[in-house]
Amino acid sequence: MPLPTGDIVGLMVDNLEKRGSVFPLSAKKATRWAEGLEIPHGGRTVLYTGSMYQLLPYIIAMVRLLGRVEDTFLARWLFMGRFANRFVNLSAIGARPSRADIDRYNQILRSIARLLQQAGVEFGYLYEDDLYAGALAYDMGVDGALRTHANRVHATLRKHGVQRVITLDPHTTNMLRSVYPTMIDGFDVEVKSYLEVLAEAGAEPLQRIDEDVVIHDSCLYARSEGVIDEPRRLLERAGYTVKEPRDSRNLTYCCGGPIEALFPSKSHAVAVQRVEQLREVGGKQVTTMCPMCLASLGKAADGTVPMEDISVFLDRAYRAEPADATDESDVGARLPDPSYEGS
Amino acid sequence: MAAVQVDLEFAEAVATSDEFNAWACLNCGICSAVCPLAIDLMPRRLFRYAILGLKDQVLEETDTIFQCLLCKLCEENCTSNVHIAENVRFLRSYIDDEVFGLDAGRSKEEPYAAAHR
Repeated sequence: MPLPTGDIVGLMVDNLEKRGSVFPLSAKKATRWAEGLEIPHGGRTVLYTGSMYQLLPYIIAMVRLLGRVEDTFLARWLFMGRFANRFVNLSAIGARPSRADIDRYNQILRSIARLLQQAGVEFGYLYEDDLYAGALAYDMGVDGALRTHANRVHATLRKHGVQRVITLDPHTTNMLRSVYPTMIDGFDVEVKSYLEVLAEAGAEPLQRIDEDVVIHDSCLYARSEGVIDEPRRLLERAGYTVKEPRDSRNLTYCCGGPIEALFPSKSHAVAVQRVEQLREVGGKQVTTMCPMCLASLGKAADGTVPMEDISVFLDRAYRAEPADATDESDVGARLPDPSYEGS
Repeated sequence: MAAVQVDLEFAEAVATSDEFNAWACLNCGICSAVCPLAIDLMPRRLFRYAILGLKDQVLEETDTIFQCLLCKLCEENCTSNVHIAENVRFLRSYIDDEVFGLDAGRSKEEPYAAAHR
């Protein structure tokens, strides 16, 4: 039987109301990526992760679990999971992400922070107060729980005197820039994606990367937030030749990610279609600009198409200092990524 | 052919919503043609069920409503400016509240649209 939509949406809402995120993550895990980067606490301008990149390894693990349950008799017992989750954080117990996924997504965050530092942008970080923005609750239509949560986020930003946030992913950008102003009276925080900030800053790359890269636009960036030219400008300025798939820019094709938790098979089928479009361009590698796209398309590509977040491609061109010991800047060498089907 | 039943409360919820604007739909079908999930039911027939207050028919399609990616490729191609994704979110909110018993921000005492402002 298919997964029970009401129980899964309910579980996410319970988590949002009780634990502040649809997939709760400890502050320690959510902020580990920033260790050693010496990003100041707070400030009028902050880098706002909304925990999206940090959450992805846990979402990947959870989706893998749900994918095994889908269309089996176990699906009908998921309501028990929702009941138990009210008392124990099952998301933390049930979803066991691979170390490789955690390192990979934390590395993307480090790349983004370094790019901004390199471009001379001054910013702080709210650390344990960098709260999830509620994108999944919005998608599911649970506006009552979302409004309560959004007010909590707004109060936290006000407490820290934040006037401007630099977002890292399209979902958090969309929530803070386009959704919150419709839900919260007086929400006047300026919101920009780091891609927009970098493009405006006009930073010059320190080395030219003479490679081609196939670009996958995020639906939200392209159709809701108008972030289309910035990633192309940044890549081209770094020396990359940007190759466009058949469905591109404002007509980009979805990665399937938004329904991964509810309908894993259908989500995967959409991702496979998109990977085929990206593959037929014939480029060396693919770049994404959303953590959900990267996870969804990466799983569908199953290692056959080198794929990485745009920040990692840019970091190779703009980075001044040598890579961290844990850094992997050669995208092609990092894939195929065995972690997707591992652990 | 089975008789269909109009649910007046549901019809009013749709009629008084600020978000639901499927009346503008010309039934051209471009939305179905470009949908990555090839959901041929949505939005044309589904939205007509909603406009007519056919609550049972809408609720029968709960899975379809939650399968929508909200990717807005349909909206980008829509010739009538129908806010398809927002209409889908409206139906999800209704189901969250009426079927799943979740806090979808809907007050029983107030018109649906007021609760969403």
